[in-house]
Amino acid sequence: MSTMATLPIVIPLAAAAMTLIVQRSLKAERVIGIAASIASVAVAIWLLVTVDQDGAIVVAIGGWAAPVGISLVADRLAVLLLATSAVALLAVLIYAVSQKSTDEELRGFHAVYQMLAAGVALALLTGDLFTLFVAFEIMLTASYVLLTHRAGGTETRAALTYVVIGLVASALLLTAIGLIYAVTGTVNLADLTVKLDAVPGGLRAGLGWLLFMVFGIKAAIFPLFFWLPDSYPLAPTPVTALFAGLLTKIGVYAIIRTQTLLFPSDGPVTLMLVIAGLTMIVGVLGAIAQKDIKRILSFHIVSQIGYMIMGLGFFTVAGVAAAIVFVVHQIIVKASLFLVGGLVESSEGTGAIDAVNGVARRSPWIAALFLPSALSLAGFPPFSGFVGKLALVEAGFGVGSWAVVGVSLLASVLTVFSMTKIWGGVFWGKPKDGSPFPVARGMAVATASLVAVGLIIAVGAQPLVEYAERAAVDLMAEGTYRGLVMGVQG
Amino acid sequence: MTWTIAIMAGVLFGTGTYLVLQKLLSRIIVGLGLIAHGANLILLGSGGEPAEPPIIEAGTVGTYSDPLEQALVLTAIVITFGITALLLALAFRSWTEQGSDGVEDDTEDRRIARAVLRR
Repeated sequence: MSTMATLPIVIPLAAAAMTLIVQRSLKAERVIGIAASIASVAVAIWLLVTVDQDGAIVVAIGGWAAPVGISLVADRLAVLLLATSAVALLAVLIYAVSQKSTDEELRGFHAVYQMLAAGVALALLTGDLFTLFVAFEIMLTASYVLLTHRAGGTETRAALTYVVIGLVASALLLTAIGLIYAVTGTVNLADLTVKLDAVPGGLRAGLGWLLFMVFGIKAAIFPLFFWLPDSYPLAPTPVTALFAGLLTKIGVYAIIRTQTLLFPSDGPVTLMLVIAGLTMIVGVLGAIAQKDIKRILSFHIVSQIGYMIMGLGFFTVAGVAAAIVFVVHQIIVKASLFLVGGLVESSEGTGAIDAVNGVARRSPWIAALFLPSALSLAGFPPFSGFVGKLALVEAGFGVGSWAVVGVSLLASVLTVFSMTKIWGGVFWGKPKDGSPFPVARGMAVATASLVAVGLIIAVGAQPLVEYAERAAVDLMAEGTYRGLVMGVQG
Repeated sequence: MTWTIAIMAGVLFGTGTYLVLQKLLSRIIVGLGLIAHGANLILLGSGGEPAEPPIIEAGTVGTYSDPLEQALVLTAIVITFGITALLLALAFRSWTEQGSDGVEDDTEDRRIARAVLRR
């Protein structure tokens, strides 16, 4: 039982080592990488079902019980996001392998990719603040390599912004951990839930907001998002899709985890709601001003993060549950939109809106893949974005936060506007002469399956929402997490 | 936390922040190094006053210093060292490709500036 909870970290780590051993043969690397990703999906889904039925699985690493040792905690929230990210990782990997240029140009691509997967899994599963820092570093270091490996002069410069911001955020996270350890004497999350209560209010709030800010840099909330739209679009499509789908959402996960667990609030947190509203509006306004598919989508990442922070800011079970549903929806939809953007770039040679016309006529299947994802992002029923936004709006009405709900609806309308900009510019219009470049079948299949997963989320919205509600109840009930972790031996 | 460590960390953070806000990449990297040192110092100081080495022998009772934060700070030093090395390699590539060490203005800022000039 408890071994299963370590597998999501162990499988990619082992696969990374194995791909390094066989790196003379690209074929062997690909086989190992894809096999590991499939295995990760299987394990994550098994955990998803088991944890829901039998309760959370807690592992005390090395046999040292909490709070002395490091705990891995596979609770509902962690395994739900683990399963979602495993699916996204698999689809993007298949796309990357089919695109050929990605893993042919970077020796060791598969090793780095699996390290990133291990970092994501560790960040989701860990029950220890310092291990969370280490997980973020594993994830980010892998992302630095993926982002910069193909970059020329200008791209390297833009990627440097990403690395510098990452390093500053890491130093601040380390400072926050140091200060928390200084006042409580522990870095174990379960132990901190009690020990932080004894800390004076002002100091406690300061620590809480410091952590919020640090993870906010990683999640790209307003006003800490400027690094994102400049750096993400530079990477090869599969890498951008992965970053867009996963990395910022892990930041959001860390915010949700630490705020609900360590700094719970009795009612809506006004400052958080204000930040959420500004993130939504500024992100979507930035998107409207752009002229390139990937840059538009990058600004949308920022805008959508605002919705998740809004759900958390309500600080009710309904709000947190809605935020969780929204994170799941975003991981899938965002990754698939970027993959579709990559398909357009591959078949037309560029992603600039002005240069591409009439793709709906030239490659109708790409348009067919774009449409459900775009409508889902904008929140049209019956797609998954609608489910998430409806839950968020209902949660907002539940606590009477009318203003921020209004802002979120305005941001939705503007999202529709910027999506029509892509649709009108790229897919409609008079097709240019000549036939589109051929697109590898694997890229199309990977994108189509990720879009299909998005549709499945929409169809199976009821179970997902109920699952998220149970996860939110676990998060919001005081003492649940502590009860799980403390006293587990070996 | 002792005053010496607290003041040192403050000085490192202050100098580091000043350097990170400069326009030359080499200064930014040095600044990042200083900020990371400051963070490490805070982590090191979080264990309380220095005391006896934490090697507990049978039958002795004494005040021991906290070994945990020393383990944490070692991990943190290794990580920041690795990333700084990567950053230096990137800065070198950027320098060889572009021939300058300066940081360019933000893409959006430049777009807006161009739009204003055209008007």
